[in-house]
Amino acid sequence: MTIPLAYNLRNLVVRKTTTIMTALGIALTVAVLLSILALVNGLKATLETSSDPLHVIVLRKGAESELTSIFERPQFQDLKFKPGIAAGRDGQPLVSLEVISVISLPNIDGNNANVTLRGMSPAGLEMRHVKIAKGTWFKPGLRQVVAGKSVADRYPDAALGKKIRFGRGDWQIVGVFDAARGSQDSEVWGDVNEMAADLNRPDTLSSATVQATDPVAAQALLNDINNDQKLELHAVSEKEYYDQQTAQAAPIEYTGIFVALIMAVGSAFAAMNTMYAMVARRAREIGTLRVLGFSRFSILSSFFVEAVLLSALGGLLGCLLVMPLNGLTTAVGNANFSELAFDFRVTPRIMMVGIFFAVALGSAGGFFPAYSAARKEILTALREV
Amino acid sequence: MLRYLPLIVKNCWRNRRRTVLTVASIAISMCLMGVVAAMYQAFYLSKPEDSEASRLVTRNRISLTVSLPKGYLQRIKAVPGVKEAMMSNWFGGTYKDARDPKNQFARFLVEPEKLFVVYPEFRIPDDQRRAFEKERTACVIGRDLATQFGFHVGDRIPITGDIFPGDYEFTVRGIFDSPRDSHLMYMNREYPEQAQSEARRGFVGMYYMLIDDPKDSTRIAGAIDDMFRNADRQTKTESESAFLVGFLSLLGNVKMFMIAIAAAVMFTVLLVSANTMAMSVRERRREVGVLKTLGYSSGIVLGLILGEACSISMLGGVIGYSISMVLMMGMLKSPFGGFLPGLQLFQPLVLLTCVLVAGAIGLLSSLVPAMGASRASIVEALRSTD
Repeated sequence: MTIPLAYNLRNLVVRKTTTIMTALGIALTVAVLLSILALVNGLKATLETSSDPLHVIVLRKGAESELTSIFERPQFQDLKFKPGIAAGRDGQPLVSLEVISVISLPNIDGNNANVTLRGMSPAGLEMRHVKIAKGTWFKPGLRQVVAGKSVADRYPDAALGKKIRFGRGDWQIVGVFDAARGSQDSEVWGDVNEMAADLNRPDTLSSATVQATDPVAAQALLNDINNDQKLELHAVSEKEYYDQQTAQAAPIEYTGIFVALIMAVGSAFAAMNTMYAMVARRAREIGTLRVLGFSRFSILSSFFVEAVLLSALGGLLGCLLVMPLNGLTTAVGNANFSELAFDFRVTPRIMMVGIFFAVALGSAGGFFPAYSAARKEILTALREV
Repeated sequence: MLRYLPLIVKNCWRNRRRTVLTVASIAISMCLMGVVAAMYQAFYLSKPEDSEASRLVTRNRISLTVSLPKGYLQRIKAVPGVKEAMMSNWFGGTYKDARDPKNQFARFLVEPEKLFVVYPEFRIPDDQRRAFEKERTACVIGRDLATQFGFHVGDRIPITGDIFPGDYEFTVRGIFDSPRDSHLMYMNREYPEQAQSEARRGFVGMYYMLIDDPKDSTRIAGAIDDMFRNADRQTKTESESAFLVGFLSLLGNVKMFMIAIAAAVMFTVLLVSANTMAMSVRERRREVGVLKTLGYSSGIVLGLILGEACSISMLGGVIGYSISMVLMMGMLKSPFGGFLPGLQLFQPLVLLTCVLVAGAIGLLSSLVPAMGASRASIVEALRSTD
């Protein structure tokens, strides 16, 4: 015979102050965990939307990021005529020669942060899935650049119509583009030749991006470039390149999980405390239940279920607490040594993780009190005040 | 007040299990608080050690990744108050497989004869120092790095360059000891530079300076930046510790992150403590009635309960601080330790913060139940059965 669940539910309602305080404690622990998971989740989502399966990034051998890579024009000429490269609207191969640099600009938090500058060939613009949100695209020869949406939003100096200063002078921001929250949104784009000349590196550029005709051709192209001894280049698929950057989130993820775990131990102790008090205060009730014929096991499971209910409530509250975070923009550093903006993403999946986490810590904190409740002798329990 | 202390202690001890659980719960939360407070202090409040405060770093104003010309060296050195200036570059490159994070230790190109002048706190035997200065392909490594990989003097370390393209092999000519984390490798800048084309030589990533008096650092930094204000490449000069903290911003908004954690922890502790105190006071209403019958005033009863809550939570604070010291010891030993300038194991200010915060939490959390209990009339309190 089991004790009805309603008994536990009513008890939680009757002692609502205690219930709410304990549940809130658990909720905060869950909220800390969930906010970190939402952050990492958002970063991963941004990096995932950044890559196209047909794109291949070509760097110098030994270079780990576009920023530390060096790419020379003769190499570009050789690369351009590799088989498997898709053709653009003008019939030319879709290969973009790019120059990467960073500049430091004050962001809305008032700190100076680095922004990636990317100069690209016309093909580069054609192969990327971005659209202009405000203004126009840059026109070669006019010292014009366009800013990604996140850059325009996060850096007051890089808004539409403003001028930013790098290289030999000012550059006009003539447009804002939208890359659907991909990492491109955290970049400023311009014409490769003009930017390279201004940055004093007309012949030593950074990298090339290639669009293959299909996924098989992309793989073949990767092998072809990596095996070409003469080229001294190293090709990675865009997906792999951005996947590697997710490793960037590892320290944040570990710190967050570590903090949440420590807080969980603290909350488990607190839950234990509450449950022990509940058991002590309901000694007579327990005695009565035993007299009525409920077994020790049903007492144990009843109190255990109550602890689980309490912590599940905490988990739910925790989910509610992090909901406002969803969609909030923040930024971390990326492989190019500059800021990458992304949104917190609170998904149903991580909410499930949060509730599960809460229930786990509630079970840890609820078992011993439930056990002590079950062990009470009927007579002593009835006699307790 | 002091003569009531034994009574407070006795009260704490009457429900041992609850007290232990409460102290444990508070201690664990406060240990996080301790770590966060110590890191916050190290990053944003600490006065750098003398050796760090008397070192300045000049880099390109646009960004760390844009270089400065070699020609700035003599002009920087000529600024009054600058004892020595050294050209340095972040070498980057790859040792074995870069995907393994342990292979990603810091590598810098420096001027060998100046390294140990600018870093007087590095300890190295004189013969090793001279050997490093004499040989173009030599390098010196920190003790931590040597221990991690088992490198010895005379070993060769192969590195593939990216910023400085090419394959290099550096011979370890010395191992130095540093008071901080030393997963570091310093190489002679001549060697990789000779391997570059003419157009790519002569660029300097950073100038490290040792100055005569740390008090002059603001003036000297200003003087250097003013000197190059109208130059082709403008500079930004700051103290080495500010320069290092700048790297942290690459991890995101660290300051916000720390404050958010501290706030969440504090609020959780407040809830835990309030909950326990409410339970404890409720159980004791009758006892309060007895105390009052014996002539204890409402004020004393209030003081007793507040005192009990404060002692429990302050005990939790002290224990939590001790745990945080152990945690920090582990962090300083980790490779991440190099990015924690000025993080010290024992900081009186942090201990004070922990204890005071814990005390305040104890006070706050017990205020409501204590007021209720102390205000209740004797008859009412004696009649209470819960």
